Amino acid sequence: MLFTSFDFIVFMAVVVLGYYLVPKKWQWGLLLVASLYFYWCADPRYLIFVGVTTLSAYGATLWLQKIEQDQKSYLAAHKADLSKDEKKAYKAKVKAKKWHLLLLFLGLDLGILAVTKYTNFVIGNINVFLSDASQLSMVDMIVPMGISYYTFQTVGYVIDVYRGKQEVQKDLLKLTLFVTFFPQMVQGPISRYGDLSKSLYEPHSFQRKTVSYGLMRIVWGYFKKVVIADRLLSGVLTLIGGQTVGGVTMSYDGAYVFVAMVFYAFQLYCDFTGGIDITIGIAETMGIRLAENFDLPFFSRNIKEYWNRWHITMGTWFTDYIFYPISVCKPMLKLSKWSRDHLGKAVGKRVTVYLSSFAVWLTTGIWHGAAWNFIVWGLANWVVIMVSQELEPLYEKFHGRFKVKGKLPYELFQVIRTFLLMSMIRMFDCYRDVPLTFRKVGSMFTSFDLRIFGDGSLLQIGLSVADYILLAVCLLAVLAVSLYKRKHGSVRDGLYAHSTLFYSAIAVLVTVILIFGAYGIGFDAGQFIYNQF
Amino acid sequence: MEELIEILEDLHPEVDFDTCDTLVDDKILDSFDIITIISEINETFDVVIPAEEIIPDNFNSAKALYALVTRLEEE
Repeated sequence: MLFTSFDFIVFMAVVVLGYYLVPKKWQWGLLLVASLYFYWCADPRYLIFVGVTTLSAYGATLWLQKIEQDQKSYLAAHKADLSKDEKKAYKAKVKAKKWHLLLLFLGLDLGILAVTKYTNFVIGNINVFLSDASQLSMVDMIVPMGISYYTFQTVGYVIDVYRGKQEVQKDLLKLTLFVTFFPQMVQGPISRYGDLSKSLYEPHSFQRKTVSYGLMRIVWGYFKKVVIADRLLSGVLTLIGGQTVGGVTMSYDGAYVFVAMVFYAFQLYCDFTGGIDITIGIAETMGIRLAENFDLPFFSRNIKEYWNRWHITMGTWFTDYIFYPISVCKPMLKLSKWSRDHLGKAVGKRVTVYLSSFAVWLTTGIWHGAAWNFIVWGLANWVVIMVSQELEPLYEKFHGRFKVKGKLPYELFQVIRTFLLMSMIRMFDCYRDVPLTFRKVGSMFTSFDLRIFGDGSLLQIGLSVADYILLAVCLLAVLAVSLYKRKHGSVRDGLYAHSTLFYSAIAVLVTVILIFGAYGIGFDAGQFIYNQF
Repeated sequence: MEELIEILEDLHPEVDFDTCDTLVDDKILDSFDIITIISEINETFDVVIPAEEIIPDNFNSAKALYALVTRLEEE
């Protein structure tokens, strides 16, 4: 059931309506049934995978809680007869027990993720070293929808319980709802239990403002997805994959690659933020607050800032559960100390940041897909961030000397530079082949032919003049909304102050979606790009 | 406390660490800064700050960070 399908829109309307019609104490139960049904519709077998993840998290957290309680009772009972060192030794023993339990859970849940997503990637790489006769066969593996999202979300919850930052959810059904809440199964966001649980299980009364705000967000999401992203898709597919015209196969290089790069940047932005708008909007109509996943990423002045604004819940997840733990683990601290002693303070200071970031970006690449292009994409981000980090003192000197920091033309230059750099790195995602990406990006610098912008060549890639006009108008509308948000905050607050304007805006957007929505153009047009992760 | 302020000023000389109590909330310190600080603290005070203690409350001010280091030293 795709978000863009008629079935889903009916399903969503029934769930929201039902949510306010059933007694309040049944509201979260209704959401659980709806979420399981949504997942069942995708493939009933997926329920087994999500069931194992939920049950293992449930068991692990209850066990962790019991170990913690036993420790408290033991220490209280032996307060007088244990020395400080004995207490310390006992605590260390309990901590080790908890750690082993956590490792067992992580091994199981991340193991399922690894086996389902990466088995064929591993087989493919092993086959490179084997003769034709001894090639291993690929496995027909089931990859459950949203497995990366719900696994990370569940792992985060269990680690928070392990760290003593989170109370245990003792109700298995409530925990199941947290893992399977249907709007976020398609492409996140990756919620934290502590944040989502505040509103997920609470009863909600119908409030016109809440429902209207949610509705506006949903419609805005569909507008970006169906009118902009799916329209750009046909152009991007042609430019990336080439096309056959009159028996001649066309491959696009040079300036065309630049066009593909910019088109894909806007397509991905509208596809992913549109999907997240729909997700957050659905939850909002029922008074449930999901974490924001974007904060105007294309206004970023450098890559570090970009990654603080793009796919925020993934970034903070990696920071909290991978970057920090690796950075402060004993071997890393020892390595840092050794580097200081033997290689100097400057190197010692950098070792932790470099290695931990490397681990994060390697994982980010692998998380995005079981292919070398994603791994290279992740590491390209790491290289650029590290180089920027090293150049920081130079930038400071430059800013001090030329007094450009904070000036509009310079900020504009920074924003455009970051946009182009990120778009270029993203080409690994587009071409899905590392050498090909290097060749195509290289061609931008060696054979950039400006004539394609004026000789009608860009009308041969599946987009008409009307498409270009529509895209320009719609992207300007997105830009205007973003600029308003940057300067004044919530656009919906501004519109809601004039209720007629608010509902007229919804009506206009619905009309635009119905008239100009790109239905069925190209391959798998309704699917979200981030759904594959 | 002086040694801690020195570590912080080495990273961000432009910040008044005696008064600022929104170092993380205002994004003055990012994750790279936090890791560098932890590494320096480990070197200077011989204290390991575990991952579960890396929360905004502990890093929002020099005072809060010093309280964390003192607590961990005592443990």
